[in-house]
Amino acid sequence: MRIRRLLVANRGEIASRVIRTCRRLGIESVLAASDADLDGLPARQADRVVRLGPAPAAASYLDPAAVVGAAVATGADAVHPGYGFLSENQVLAQACAEAGVVFVGPSVASLRAVGDKLTARGHALDAGLPVVPGGEAADLPAARAVAAEVGYPLLVKAVGGGGGRGMKLVPTAEELPAALDVAVSEAAAAFGDPRVYLERYVARGRHVEVQVLGDGVSAIALGDRDCSVQRRYQKLVEEAPAPLLPASVHAAVAASALALATHLGYRGLGTVELLHDPERGTSYFLEMNARIQVEHPVTEMITGIDLVAEQLAVAEGLPLRLRQDGVVLSGHALECRINAEDATRDFRPAPGRIERVVLPIGDGIRVDTHVQGGSVVPPHYDSLLAKLVVHGADRDEALARMRAALDLLRIEGVVTTAPLHRALLDDPEFVAGGVDTAFFERFLAGRDREPAEVR
Amino acid sequence: MDLTPDDLRDVLHALDSSGLDELHLELADLTLTVRREGAAGWTVEQQVLRSPVLDRDAEPVAAPAPERAPAEVPAGTVAVHPPLLGTFYRAPRPGEPPFVEVGDEVAEDTVVGIVETMKMMTPVHAGVAGTVTEFRTDNGTFAETDAVLLVVAPSGGPA
Repeated sequence: MRIRRLLVANRGEIASRVIRTCRRLGIESVLAASDADLDGLPARQADRVVRLGPAPAAASYLDPAAVVGAAVATGADAVHPGYGFLSENQVLAQACAEAGVVFVGPSVASLRAVGDKLTARGHALDAGLPVVPGGEAADLPAARAVAAEVGYPLLVKAVGGGGGRGMKLVPTAEELPAALDVAVSEAAAAFGDPRVYLERYVARGRHVEVQVLGDGVSAIALGDRDCSVQRRYQKLVEEAPAPLLPASVHAAVAASALALATHLGYRGLGTVELLHDPERGTSYFLEMNARIQVEHPVTEMITGIDLVAEQLAVAEGLPLRLRQDGVVLSGHALECRINAEDATRDFRPAPGRIERVVLPIGDGIRVDTHVQGGSVVPPHYDSLLAKLVVHGADRDEALARMRAALDLLRIEGVVTTAPLHRALLDDPEFVAGGVDTAFFERFLAGRDREPAEVR
Repeated sequence: MDLTPDDLRDVLHALDSSGLDELHLELADLTLTVRREGAAGWTVEQQVLRSPVLDRDAEPVAAPAPERAPAEVPAGTVAVHPPLLGTFYRAPRPGEPPFVEVGDEVAEDTVVGIVETMKMMTPVHAGVAGTVTEFRTDNGTFAETDAVLLVVAPSGGPA
């Protein structure tokens, strides 16, 4: 069925992003906004706004009944859940189906298959992907048995977690019992599922992921991304393609991602996250994200494809409009996440009122944002203000464009991470490319040793 | 209505070839300034003035203003405020015992709660040594920076 009116059940920059594609395609956009967002920039950009509920996310963006209710009340054909919140929520997908509203995302079965991280591991194994050594830890004896095989240090991960949440590093066997206890109670509280599993901790790994798009029958890979610049498992900078990898690795990760998507009969936009071990030359399956990702613009920059438009097309039930050999990757793209956080004070959140927003503009520059002068950044949601995205003929040109863009960017009124990104872009290790996931903490530690005035 | 990135690119190309350094545009529901920043490149400052079109029956329900805990504390006691605005939690995790209860002795660096702001957790320290005499903010309640979370009677006598 054709989508004519789309409920955008999210907030922030991704809401603006989805509305932009709606406008381009002539789809009427209805923003479902909490009380904190009724006057924000996305609300001004959407054709219509419907109130979803009070500011706390649990009563608005995280309430499947409120979202379906808003879709039905406004006569929307479809719901776009964005990322985070209910984007991979089986209850919402099921409730949409029952209400006759298209859920812009994969089937309930696919959400179940990849939402449970242990089940996802099983599917990856079935599809022939290498997985990081590990296994379920139902109790302490089981955990000790798995730990004996994978060795230390290891990670305890919540079966219901993902996206960097619900992970704990265990350096030695002595710390396993306590870490397991904490992980189980945290998993139960955060995800409503106390199950945890263990995985070998690969210290020098790189986070490489592949964008896939499927129509339920076939799937295509839209290149890879590197998201190794992370702090506490949260991504800060992403790039496409993953730098300094041999062509054989690019091909191998794409083949892995396609094997899994095909095995699942996947319909929708998804990302297969892998941990690339440069020493072994192997890329292990980590998890699959059944949604659009924050970092999707870097893929759009190197492919020229509007991923939201393709996502809507397959949600309408159309077969893939793109063929694998029609996907041409060109140049290099970088994204910096500009967060309302004070990096000089341990990344303390900085909600508040934005006074002024001046954005760089020009060839190869794109800014996805949801703030302008006068915008209020509420304390209830995440701190992402803007994504600064650049595209260059090669990585060096992209780096130069990003430096220039960061120098021109001005977000006044709240503290942002823009200065930190600017410093990162002068770091020799980052400039060389191919850093591992532990790099950013090393970079921060190095900055702390420098006198304050050169920050 | 804001301008799409394609619109902006067209504006920029027109400006670039005209030799002008700045364009200021004022429409009914939009203001736009495109400026040449020397050799560094171009910037855009856009203000979308259009009012959101809110569904008629979707007006926010006038929720009763949350009761603010009284800011005054008894003479000789000290109010503990959040380090930054956010949702106050008395326990490290749901279902776990609170960090402190009324009657507990606290030191300056004792963690008496956490505040969740933008999905990040910040500990709340007592800031003063003494005895917790009362809680003014309930678990799971949003607190501004001047809110009184709890009250401590300093151990060194009245403050």
